[in-house]
Amino acid sequence: MRAVVYALRSFGRELRSGEVLVLLAAVALAVAALTAVGFLTDRISKAVKIQANETLAADLRLRSQDPVPQEWRDLAAEYGLQTADAMSFPSVVFSGEDNALSVVRAVSDAYPLRGALRVTDDFFAEERTVDTVPASGEVWAEGSFLARVGATVGDSLQVGEIDLVVTAILTYRPDQSIGFASMAPTVMINAEDLEATGLVGEGSRVTYRLLVAGSDENVAGFAEAISAVLPDTIRVSSQEESTERVYSAADRADQFLSLTAVISLLLSAVAVAMSARRFAQRRMDTVALMKSLGATQGFVMSVSLVQLALLGVLGVVAGSIVGYAAESFLSSIIRELLQSELPSPGLRPVVLACGSAFILLLGFALPSLIQLRNTPPLRVLRHDEMPPPPSRGLVVGTSLLAVTALLYQSVGDGRMLFIVLGGIIVIAALLYIVGRLMVHWIGSARSGVGVAWRYGLANVARRGRASAVQVVAFGLGITVLLLLTLVRTDLLDGWRKTLDENAPNHFLINIQPQEVDSIASIFADNDVEAPAFTPMVRGRMLAINDVPVNEREYPAERGEWLAKREANLTWLSELNSSSSVSAGEWWTADYNGEPQVSVEDEIAVEMGVGIGDRLKFFIAGREIEGVITNLRKVNWDSFQPNFFIAFSPGALDGLPATFVSSMRLAEDEKPVLLPMLRAHPTVSVIDIGAILAQVRGIIEKASLAVQAVFIFTLAAGIAVLFAAVQSTIDERRFESAMLRALGARKRTVFAGVMAEFAALGLAAGILASAGATILEWIVATQLFELKPTINPWLWLVGVAAGVFVVCVSGYVAARGAVNARPVDVLRGAAA
Amino acid sequence: MLEAHELGKKVSSPEGTLTILSGVSFLVRAGESVAVVGASGAGKSTLLALLAGLDLPTEGHVVLNGNNLSDLDEDGRAIIRAESVGFVFQSFHLVPSLNALENVMLPLELAGNEKARDSAQDLIQKVGLGERWSHYPAQLSGGEKQRVAIARAFAAEPAVLFADEPTGNLDSNTGENIMQLMFELNKTSSTTLVLVTHDSSLADRCDRIIALDAGKLISDTRAAA
Repeated sequence: MRAVVYALRSFGRELRSGEVLVLLAAVALAVAALTAVGFLTDRISKAVKIQANETLAADLRLRSQDPVPQEWRDLAAEYGLQTADAMSFPSVVFSGEDNALSVVRAVSDAYPLRGALRVTDDFFAEERTVDTVPASGEVWAEGSFLARVGATVGDSLQVGEIDLVVTAILTYRPDQSIGFASMAPTVMINAEDLEATGLVGEGSRVTYRLLVAGSDENVAGFAEAISAVLPDTIRVSSQEESTERVYSAADRADQFLSLTAVISLLLSAVAVAMSARRFAQRRMDTVALMKSLGATQGFVMSVSLVQLALLGVLGVVAGSIVGYAAESFLSSIIRELLQSELPSPGLRPVVLACGSAFILLLGFALPSLIQLRNTPPLRVLRHDEMPPPPSRGLVVGTSLLAVTALLYQSVGDGRMLFIVLGGIIVIAALLYIVGRLMVHWIGSARSGVGVAWRYGLANVARRGRASAVQVVAFGLGITVLLLLTLVRTDLLDGWRKTLDENAPNHFLINIQPQEVDSIASIFADNDVEAPAFTPMVRGRMLAINDVPVNEREYPAERGEWLAKREANLTWLSELNSSSSVSAGEWWTADYNGEPQVSVEDEIAVEMGVGIGDRLKFFIAGREIEGVITNLRKVNWDSFQPNFFIAFSPGALDGLPATFVSSMRLAEDEKPVLLPMLRAHPTVSVIDIGAILAQVRGIIEKASLAVQAVFIFTLAAGIAVLFAAVQSTIDERRFESAMLRALGARKRTVFAGVMAEFAALGLAAGILASAGATILEWIVATQLFELKPTINPWLWLVGVAAGVFVVCVSGYVAARGAVNARPVDVLRGAAA
Repeated sequence: MLEAHELGKKVSSPEGTLTILSGVSFLVRAGESVAVVGASGAGKSTLLALLAGLDLPTEGHVVLNGNNLSDLDEDGRAIIRAESVGFVFQSFHLVPSLNALENVMLPLELAGNEKARDSAQDLIQKVGLGERWSHYPAQLSGGEKQRVAIARAFAAEPAVLFADEPTGNLDSNTGENIMQLMFELNKTSSTTLVLVTHDSSLADRCDRIIALDAGKLISDTRAAA
């Protein structure tokens, strides 16, 4: 109790005297970075997740060929979930004499549960977001449909047996498909009008969808409960299974954010460890004195622990305020840029930051405190009496435990934890070994240099282990800085390249073979480059190696679903630019023999087929069997027409085929679609610009967040560098005073100090460049599945940054030491 | 009061085992003032550290106020120090983050004295720093620092006061004033004083002079006065 009282009182005094400010700043910085990163990533993860969910217009979607049974709705109600209905079927819709094939979508008032519809009042007018659906008696149609039938807003469309008034042009719905499923333009009506159309009934091809949304927990509970009662033919799409592209974008965003959080966390840990060591060293004299005055070890330890706890509390409070303020500022910028509301963050980041602050303090400050507790009282008489250093096992053990706990908490992914932790340990060990070698080499190089350099290099060598540790610390700091600047840019560029600016934004589908030339010439007449046309044939798979598809086992659900549904097939003589052969041999361009089949490599795995397997299809009344002779890797992000299954040329000859095409149309080229659609009313145009914008929006959010978070990480990195320099500042001050007392000029002493920093910085820079290169390779290949690139700038910048950062930090820190009046310093040694 | 029995201290060094002190025995009575003199490296500071229980001898033992220090662990010795030992150091050893008054309060607080502030204020007055109690060590001169250190040493009313070259960092005038103050306080509080010094005039003011050379006790004489 006495220790607590004393600790409280002396803590106030210590705060006033500024002695503990360094450690307090380190803790507060760690907490600020953690809460800001936490709040931001929490919010953005939520935003990304919500946006990813938009592709379903729900959290969970049940799709059936039969009307949705009442018991599903009851079950959803039981879990307190919102529901909405969306029915769709192909139908010819009339406008006076004109007509065109469309997909009629009848939606209930609650649709969509996630995301929002966007409409315009005229062709190519500015779109607006609406939170309603067409009222009963109204219809919203896509522009391409209206253009085809020559109708516009205010006209009337005949859907089945009823007439509906066009009140808006539909430009975006969250669940518009990226695939070829929606071949015809959408005509959206209210679900209440569905029955009156007379189009639903025996033999109609209606797909019924039940959309479900609610809290994560309830949705998961519902998903589990419903899976027990669902027949095979029902496909459930959940958040995780939503459109491949958006899902993988969200996934990558999550990983990017986690990686950044991890890095700022590690830097904070290093800063805390360094300033805690200094904190302990600065207090050794006081502890020795207190012990000589009769304080027990328990007392010393209690005082330290109470003060550490106080530091933690103060750090958490100060850091949380800074973190929260910074995050509010950042998210306001992001909100403005994206013009979208970020969901408010949960309390989780605060709790995690508090927990992390104490784990940090315990893991990284405890060994120093234990050492402090063992300070010999004899130190009051002999200043060089030091407590035995904390055991290596203790230091490594506690810090490793703390790092693992902190990493796991923020990564939450065993694989990534392993990769990041492994990378850091390997680099630290490598840095230390090479650091020792460098220090040795630096020491032996000092005979051939002038006095200032000799003094500086001698200092590096004299502090052997400490110098190597500093090289490791600086090296790690610079590695992180490199990771966050050059490597981050490399990775982001690589990632962005997969979604390049020139990706097609329109699909043309349902083109009859005889229309191809005419369409090409319409584009040419309007100075728009004609796209390539790819043939497409629809067929159903019958058997794999003579085993009927319904009797086969499949490694993955998606594989089974794809094997059993009607498939889009093509034939190709050559590969397009977005695909490559990953196994087997591509047929020659003029091949015309027995049918061969090429399968996309991921779906091959999911269907459980490989080279040599035979796939039998039923296409337009004919059975066609082909042998798989190669597997293709497809970059789906290219938005080029690609197919899971492609036949060799000639295999599908004589079968009814249509053509598909994708092209990029600039905003001012879009009007070309009007004459094209008038001339070819059965051709469908899918505007994927909106979908692309959605994907790009997610990536923008993610990379902006990484950049914002990077500011904190950079601050933490600089704090580490300053803490490292600060930890030797007393020694430096004393030495510089000594040298100047011995007659060295201030400039000479200064040059010596700078020589020392330059040598340390050079070593750290070289090691950091090597480390960052290795980490980039690991992260690129293992996490992001990108091709690693070699960046020579990394080395140049790494070494330059090493020398520059260490010299500048050293300059700022050592300036005081060099400028101090020798007489003050030498006198001050006797406090 | 304070007994040294065949004290020896050996340390291992790169050149082998080094004997710093060997076979030192003497007895100090309560209230007595003893000067320990000798050349640099004679073992004076080592002897002081052993007598105060800051360090343990490799041979022999110290009995302080009836307690064999070798029988106690570090915390046990700390408790003895809190109860009955005071220090004045050559380099003052004030806590830089505490002001003059707070430095004096420190041992009182450690001993759980509830009137720490009052007693400390008394003492700071006695050493002539009544006006400057709120100053931090960095704002005090060497002599003033040593006055604070002396006030601190007497604060807990120790049975034994150990002083290690108390005037070593001071000019002769200031040193003289400081010694004057110390002896006065010593007399009024009848504390036992063990003083390590180079200064023979200082040593002469003590009741007894113990001389060390190369770690051995070479003379133990009572002052003429």
